[in-house]
Amino acid sequence: MSNKNKDLIPQVLTVLFIILVIIYFTINAQNNMGNRGISFGFGFLSQESSFDIAFSLIDYDGSYSYARAFLVGLLNTILVSVIGIFFATILGVTVGISRLSQNYLISKAAEWYVEIFRNIPLILQIFFWYFAALRALPLTIDSINFYDISFLNVKGWYVPRFIWTNFSLFFYSIVTAVILIFFLSKYAKKQRDDFGKQIPTLYISLGILLGLPFLTFLLGGVTLTFKIPELTQLSKTIYVYQGGVTIIPELISLALALSMYTATFIAENVRAGILGVNKGQKEAAASIGLTKGQILKLVVMPQALRIIIPPTTNQYLNLTKNSSLAAAIAYPDIVLVFAGTALMQTGRAIEIISITMLTYLSLSLSISLFMNWYNKKMAIKEK
Amino acid sequence: MMKSIKTWILVVLASSLLVACGQGGGGSGSKKSKTLDNTKKAGFVKCGVSQGLPGFSNADASGNWTGIDVDVCRAVAAAVLGDADKVKYTPLSAKERFTALTSGEVDVLSRNTTWTLSRDADIGLTFVGVNFYDGQGFMVRKNSGINSVNDFKDGISACTNTGTTTELNMRDFFNSKNIKYEPIAFEKADEVVQAYDAGRCDTYTTDKSGLAAQRTKLSAPDDHKVLPETISKEPLGPVVRQGDSVWEDIVRWSLNVMIEAEEYGVNSSNASSLKDSENPAIKRLVGAEGELGAAFGLDNEWSLRIIEQVGNYGEIYKKHIADTNILPNRGPNQLWTKGGILYVPPAR
Repeated sequence: MSNKNKDLIPQVLTVLFIILVIIYFTINAQNNMGNRGISFGFGFLSQESSFDIAFSLIDYDGSYSYARAFLVGLLNTILVSVIGIFFATILGVTVGISRLSQNYLISKAAEWYVEIFRNIPLILQIFFWYFAALRALPLTIDSINFYDISFLNVKGWYVPRFIWTNFSLFFYSIVTAVILIFFLSKYAKKQRDDFGKQIPTLYISLGILLGLPFLTFLLGGVTLTFKIPELTQLSKTIYVYQGGVTIIPELISLALALSMYTATFIAENVRAGILGVNKGQKEAAASIGLTKGQILKLVVMPQALRIIIPPTTNQYLNLTKNSSLAAAIAYPDIVLVFAGTALMQTGRAIEIISITMLTYLSLSLSISLFMNWYNKKMAIKEK
Repeated sequence: MMKSIKTWILVVLASSLLVACGQGGGGSGSKKSKTLDNTKKAGFVKCGVSQGLPGFSNADASGNWTGIDVDVCRAVAAAVLGDADKVKYTPLSAKERFTALTSGEVDVLSRNTTWTLSRDADIGLTFVGVNFYDGQGFMVRKNSGINSVNDFKDGISACTNTGTTTELNMRDFFNSKNIKYEPIAFEKADEVVQAYDAGRCDTYTTDKSGLAAQRTKLSAPDDHKVLPETISKEPLGPVVRQGDSVWEDIVRWSLNVMIEAEEYGVNSSNASSLKDSENPAIKRLVGAEGELGAAFGLDNEWSLRIIEQVGNYGEIYKKHIADTNILPNRGPNQLWTKGGILYVPPAR
């Protein structure tokens, strides 16, 4: 028997064993469900859900199907994850760089922030921000007023609603601007590489990004008006703002808690990344006359990113998965809406939990794929 | 493709059912009861209760469970094992409760659970009776100027628990009144109370008994009131797994004898002295006549033990619900002979 076969046999046996175990569990589950009179199927997804959800990015009420309720939950999960990732990244990078600051006060403050927030369980932080916010915010009648257009109170943050005409034209103008900027940066890079000419890309890009949509207002008949939330009295002491867009306190506190918590880990990644770049690199860059900003942007960051990206991907995944703690404070994410209410209503535990698990798996894999792509782009290119 | 996905999905939760299988259940309709045998072998009744609802199932500071839902399990333990204290309580959230029962983690679910058609018929459960007739209501702040559900207007925000019938009733109610509302549903009751207390929502809706019980947890209970209207029927009662009819009968009749005992004036202190009563119905209740226990494979004093160790329905209601000031007035939960709707089939 050749060596190759010797290696192969244990592997084949292992795979066979795993398959047998899976088959055994499957048959067992089917038998048990049969015995207990539990049916299996996904037909319930098209049934009317008959429960309402407080916060939804798409049209929804109880007359829609369970599948639609699933979609509402999924979008809410994605929304809070995207907001969380955005702020966690900004905060994390800022704190990470601050920890390396020469300024004692700044670096100590950053260190304290990291040590406090990463060592308290996330669920407690979520409760803290939620109930602290609820207790601290005023009732609707005494709302905190931002220039009479936006209002903050215990029931949420009320902002004006945008009312567009010819929105599609405006949208396409932004798409065009982005495409133009893409080609501009290619052109600028070529100019720099071939002739050593520096083109102020940033200012031109900003000009295009603001100018083009602005033109559609002047020439294309695009208009934008605002509907400012109005205070309505419901009873002697109950008031509510209506007409605007409501950002519910559950979303605010969940996003806040997730970003504050995850930022601590990202900050440490950033610090490690920057410290991981050889000191000689910075000195060499300084010796050829680059400014401090240029050193950071052109020499340190490209190398640091290679160290920062892989562990930060993990943090993005964690944040997305941690968003499932939303159920504790009534933010209608996929776990609360689908694996909570819908599961209760239908009693289809196996189906619903499986769908929810597969959904998180797909979300996480998508983030991984994107970050791997970005990491490859940033990796050292052998020339 | 579909088949293979289905297979994989089944695998995911198969292990929990596998464990359950090892613990029995899944019995057929024969006289033998696997659940009864396993309970006798284990020496305790596995009982699913709430995570804390005063009057129904609530743990005190030293971890002792009390309440009328708890007493159903205690009655079963007294009947089956001879000792009402031989119960193992598992606190369950609204979401977990049915899975815990169908998977065999608990054998009796006595957790203020509403009896509905879909729950009874669709998900492998059987409701054995009603130990509390309830209905959904609303709680508001006294100073809100709201005196009836007709005062609700568009934009009202309502807090409640997720995974319960209250979410559905709330929608039916507001839809029928054509009112736009903001539903805020929490997983645990404690968070609902806190959010309502903080002013996040204008009204708190759940079963009226629940409202009365949770009101005691608010920072200023006297500033709140329960509106007079009842928007739904909520018959709450114990649940067992489908398929073990002997066990089902034991739980059903453990509940029924407590109600019947009140009807015939048999209580925990006079039960044993009524063995030579003139009334054959009373004699049957205290095990002095007939062979009622044999039908479930129990001895003849099973009902006497329930009445002696747990009490009759009137006693447990007084102890847990009336004396704790949750709902001093028995309302529909009064015997049919006294104007209520408690009416159980005769134990004979």
